[in-house]
Amino acid sequence: MKQPTTNPAIDKVNRGLRRRYRAERRFRICGATAIITALCFLFLLFFSIVANGYKAFQKTYIQIDVFFDPAEFANENLATANFPGLVKTSMSSLFPEVNSRGDKKELFYLVSPGASFQLMQLVKNNPNLIGQQQSVWVAANDDVDMLLKGHIDRTRPETERRVSDKQLAWLDALAADGKIKKTFNTTFFTSGDSREPELAGIWGATCGSFYTLLITLSLSFPIGVAAAVYLEEFAPKNRWTDIIEVNINNLAAVPSIVYGLLGLAVFINFFGMPRSTPVVGGLVLTLMTLPIIIIASRASLKSVPPSIREAALGIGASKMQMVAHHVLPLALPGMLTGTIIGMAHALGETAPLLMVGMVAFIVDIPHGFTDPATVLPVQIYLWSDSPERAFVEKTSAAIMVLLIFLFLMNAAAVYLRKRFEIKW
Amino acid sequence: MESLVETANPGVLSAAGKEEILSEATSKALHQVRETVGNPFVDNPRMTCREVNVYYGDKKAINNVSIDIARNEVIAMIGPSGCGKSTFLRCLNRMNDTVEGCRVTGDIRLDGMDIHDRNVDVVPLRARIGMVFQKPNPFPKSIYDNVAYGPKIHGLVQNKAELDEIVEGSLKKAGLWEEVRERLNQPGTGLSGGQQQRLCIARAIAVSPEMILMDEPCSALDPIATARIEELIAELREQYSIVIVTHSMQQAARVSQRTAYFHLGDLIEVGMTDRVFTNPRHQLTEDYITGRFG
Ligand SMILES: Nc1ncnc2c1ncn2[C@@H]1O[C@H](COP(=O)(O)OP(=O)(O)OP(=O)(O)O)[C@@H](O)[C@H]1O
Ligand SMILES: [Mg+2]
Repeated sequence: MKQPTTNPAIDKVNRGLRRRYRAERRFRICGATAIITALCFLFLLFFSIVANGYKAFQKTYIQIDVFFDPAEFANENLATANFPGLVKTSMSSLFPEVNSRGDKKELFYLVSPGASFQLMQLVKNNPNLIGQQQSVWVAANDDVDMLLKGHIDRTRPETERRVSDKQLAWLDALAADGKIKKTFNTTFFTSGDSREPELAGIWGATCGSFYTLLITLSLSFPIGVAAAVYLEEFAPKNRWTDIIEVNINNLAAVPSIVYGLLGLAVFINFFGMPRSTPVVGGLVLTLMTLPIIIIASRASLKSVPPSIREAALGIGASKMQMVAHHVLPLALPGMLTGTIIGMAHALGETAPLLMVGMVAFIVDIPHGFTDPATVLPVQIYLWSDSPERAFVEKTSAAIMVLLIFLFLMNAAAVYLRKRFEIKW
Repeated sequence: MESLVETANPGVLSAAGKEEILSEATSKALHQVRETVGNPFVDNPRMTCREVNVYYGDKKAINNVSIDIARNEVIAMIGPSGCGKSTFLRCLNRMNDTVEGCRVTGDIRLDGMDIHDRNVDVVPLRARIGMVFQKPNPFPKSIYDNVAYGPKIHGLVQNKAELDEIVEGSLKKAGLWEEVRERLNQPGTGLSGGQQQRLCIARAIAVSPEMILMDEPCSALDPIATARIEELIAELREQYSIVIVTHSMQQAARVSQRTAYFHLGDLIEVGMTDRVFTNPRHQLTEDYITGRFG
């Protein structure tokens, strides 16, 4: 506290002290408020995504007894057999009292159109099934799924909901018989996109993202690091390198959709590369992440102390040896961090990929760099645009998966930085 | 530029018997007529420097310096801060090439070979002329690797045994062996400041250079470590030529045979160390070593 002194300077200092501490306290409160607000919004975001999406990891199935009638399989070619007919027969046998055409249609609507494919797969894998009776769990239609997950309100008037009173009664009967179950939704993680929400999955988009990012990483990391090393260590410092530096900084700020247009004009229209493919998407994202990687790499090269360079040169190392043996190992953690941040950026990028056609509706899982594909964020964008209620939770679930990938990448960045960091 | 520097040190001018306020032209003229006092040349020199000028951009940092460096001698370079000692030292192994905007003119020869010649490669040149920096700068690698790095990149060894031998020999010469023999695999940056500096010396002598340039090697060290390094310098003289920059007049007197005094980019006086310290011939030298200035 204030002590009376004979030193007038100290008295002045003491008088100012209160004000200085008050200013510091004010600043601390502002900082804490900002952080807490940010955390609240972050929590709100995660909460709404998880609350919307967690149910997508469950899927509703209906049990039907199928008689694989040999008469249906007269033809050698399995694909020509009337599998939808089999499904319908089985459904009818569950509720023999349903007779009118309209009612039957409503009844068949309860199971997913994917049920017939499921039966086809079963027979393909095990032709001995023909002529046998087998009970099979088939996917329920998305509206049934929504109803059972509580997204459709039973108490509303029949005309305002997508499930009719009759269907409700049948479902209740099935549930009472134990012929309805909800299990973990493996379809979501193993299949591609589909018009039917209950058959749609993110595996196709995940593979697309993987191939696209593989192209991006394998091009942008070496090129970016080489460019940074050249500019930082070898290039003469003159007007030209200044112009290049300014332009790289500008490129980092160019809206990403512009890169998409560039990719469309150059890679697709000029070089004639296939549209909608990971090759083109990867090249476009490479262009987009290069400036980020170059800037991060240059910054981490700049932070290597000049005394290390002098030590290496002073002992007679060539410039290349100095860079390879001493500068790069010290700069590597920073470069890796920059690269992964760039990759995370690329993973979440949508706009430029729309331009090169990666927004197409693609059911097949891509198996290479030239197969038509889409990527996770574009898949999210597509789903968020779909009218079905079931796609809402799919969208949130896909966002969760994307976020998990981003977390993993950031964790990898932290790990790599720790791993390659050289202690002084 | 020169006139600015001159008037910034009025004491020097008055001490030299000049008026304090000079026109730029006069001061320039004065600057250029400053001739080196004493004999900077020796017989059978290892290195000869003639009319060396160094510019940082437009600024002249070394003005027309000519000096020889003999074989098996320790030559000390002294002078007030900013007078260009480090700059001159860095000319000798062309480290100034790495400095942005630095230009060196003049003729520098190592055993008769022009080091600025088009055909001379700086890599072997720097292997022949080792350098120890003012601030210890070991590589962030193990102690062993620090010393082994030079012989490895220059291909001086055939196998691990030879390399071990060189590492041990160099560390012994640098007086560090006993302290680090148990922990050769630990990082060199984990040593104390004095040990690091001796490690840097070991690293420099591991490539068997012909000359060693030392830029204030003891400025960060305590008296004991300093004494060790001075001992080491005395030993190394038997094989190498050593150029040492130092701010400690006592150190210059202890370790060197000849002393060169720099002032504002000029080489003012060169002579046998005893003579320079007991009987300086130039007024500036006398002012500096008697502590009236600097
Ligand atoms: N990289 C550089 N760019 C521009 N000017 C420089 C540079 N390095 C040194 N100088 C200038 O050259 C002059 C000589 O510097 P130098 O480092 O050689 O001095 P010094 O004698 O070693 O000083 P000290 O004893 O303080 O180390 C100084 O005026 C300094 O400002
Ligand atoms: Mg210096």
